[in-house]
Amino acid sequence: MSTSAVLQHHRDSARVAWLRLRQAPVASLFSILVIGIALALPAGLYLLVDNLQRAAGGLATQAEMTVFLKKEVDAADGQAMALALQKLRGVASARFVDRDAGLAELERGGLEEILTVLPQNPLPHALVIQPARADAALLDKLEQDLRARSEVDDIARASDWTRRLDALVRFGNTLAAVLGWLLGLAMAAITGNTIRLQIYALREEIEVSRLIGATDRFIRRPFLFFGLYQGLLGGLAAWLLTLLAVFALNLSVGEFAKSYGSDFVLTPLDVLSSLALLGGASLLGLAGAWLSVQYTLRRLI
Amino acid sequence: MIELSGVCRRYPGGYEVLSGVDLHIARGEKVFLTGRSGAGKSTLLRLIGAIDRPTRGQVIVGGQNLSKMSRGALPYMRREIGLVFQDHKLLYDRSALDNVMLPLLIREMPRADAQRRARAALDKVGLREREKAVPVTLSGGEQQRLCIARAVVAHPHILLADEPTANLDEAYARDIMDLFMAFNSTGTTLVIATHDHDLIARHGGRHVALEGGRVSG
Repeated sequence: MSTSAVLQHHRDSARVAWLRLRQAPVASLFSILVIGIALALPAGLYLLVDNLQRAAGGLATQAEMTVFLKKEVDAADGQAMALALQKLRGVASARFVDRDAGLAELERGGLEEILTVLPQNPLPHALVIQPARADAALLDKLEQDLRARSEVDDIARASDWTRRLDALVRFGNTLAAVLGWLLGLAMAAITGNTIRLQIYALREEIEVSRLIGATDRFIRRPFLFFGLYQGLLGGLAAWLLTLLAVFALNLSVGEFAKSYGSDFVLTPLDVLSSLALLGGASLLGLAGAWLSVQYTLRRLI
Repeated sequence: MIELSGVCRRYPGGYEVLSGVDLHIARGEKVFLTGRSGAGKSTLLRLIGAIDRPTRGQVIVGGQNLSKMSRGALPYMRREIGLVFQDHKLLYDRSALDNVMLPLLIREMPRADAQRRARAALDKVGLREREKAVPVTLSGGEQQRLCIARAVVAHPHILLADEPTANLDEAYARDIMDLFMAFNSTGTTLVIATHDHDLIARHGGRHVALEGGRVSG
């Protein structure tokens, strides 16, 4: 048998599967919609977490770190250290703050009365470090490296919100993965059940084909294409649903962000994520079809 | 070619249709199975056709013990055998041409070649003009001929026919038997279950009578 004959039979099976999908348009549409909604939930959650990470990245200015140098470190050494730190990965900027400038900043901050009772400037020289992004792991590593330096006395981090955000993002990612697996299985089960019903409806044809020499592979093929189509179309429905959700949410998110002086808006799934959604949905449809055909055919005949 | 040794077939409920059948059919032989209704003719054909398995004994076709064949190997064995069923077993929502093409498509033959050969087979059984008709619009005799066209289209080595001329008028019955004989003359082994003793007298060949679940003559 030639390769072109094999390809032709795959084409025939693909055509038969497409016709079966179109033969019951309403039932097919509902199955696709159910799959679409099931997949849109984890995809939407992933999208939300991804946008949250992006938004957090934009707030990196609020994740700055103040490094207090030891008293014996003079201004020249502090400035040299600031220059050296600027070259480190993960550091967007490192600014040297002279102890007098620090005191002036405190005075401007409303602590003038307290400072007048102090006999001398209690502040050491300091460095204000701006991280490249608000990433808790990056900030922890940076802090650890800085604390190991002999010139450093203490470090103050603006707040631990990055740590909380990081935990929230991790939780969101885990939840999206768990939901993805659960609803992916549900999707495979939906496809499997549709195919099981189809097999029962086509029982006579399958029996006749078996009697005249059809292999399991020959019988299975159109059902596998059917599962693939249903998965792919379900994935497409999920993609469209998330896209619509992003457009709908952006009406209020945009307004909200604007009130904080930000032009932040939610972005839809990027090309790679979209392809992963469509590919994953197709594979799940195929897997559901495979399992269902294997199981049902063995019980049927 | 076909070897049955001590073949028994008991159906659920305990009724034994065949009880110890021994039969040898050589390659290219022409065999007529006779016997009363319920004598086990159809069961014997089903066993040779690898549709059913014996309760005891063994059925060997082309050197292969069918009882020991794997599920995966059975379809390839069935492709060597053309079956004409008493109840036709046609696909009633497909055209006559599609029905006859099916065994060829199962063999993954290119569609154009399959169409050409299916049309030739339909021509041989006098249904060339009805290729687009679905079986429900065909008469009993036409459905029978369609079933025969499907059985012979892939040129099987063995042709098993269960009452192939039962629904046909005399002229078509003669044509169909001539077709079977033509296949037999090219080396196809022919096993036909029939009640028609005139048919046997006209075409010769070996006569195997079944009685009480055994070969009686």
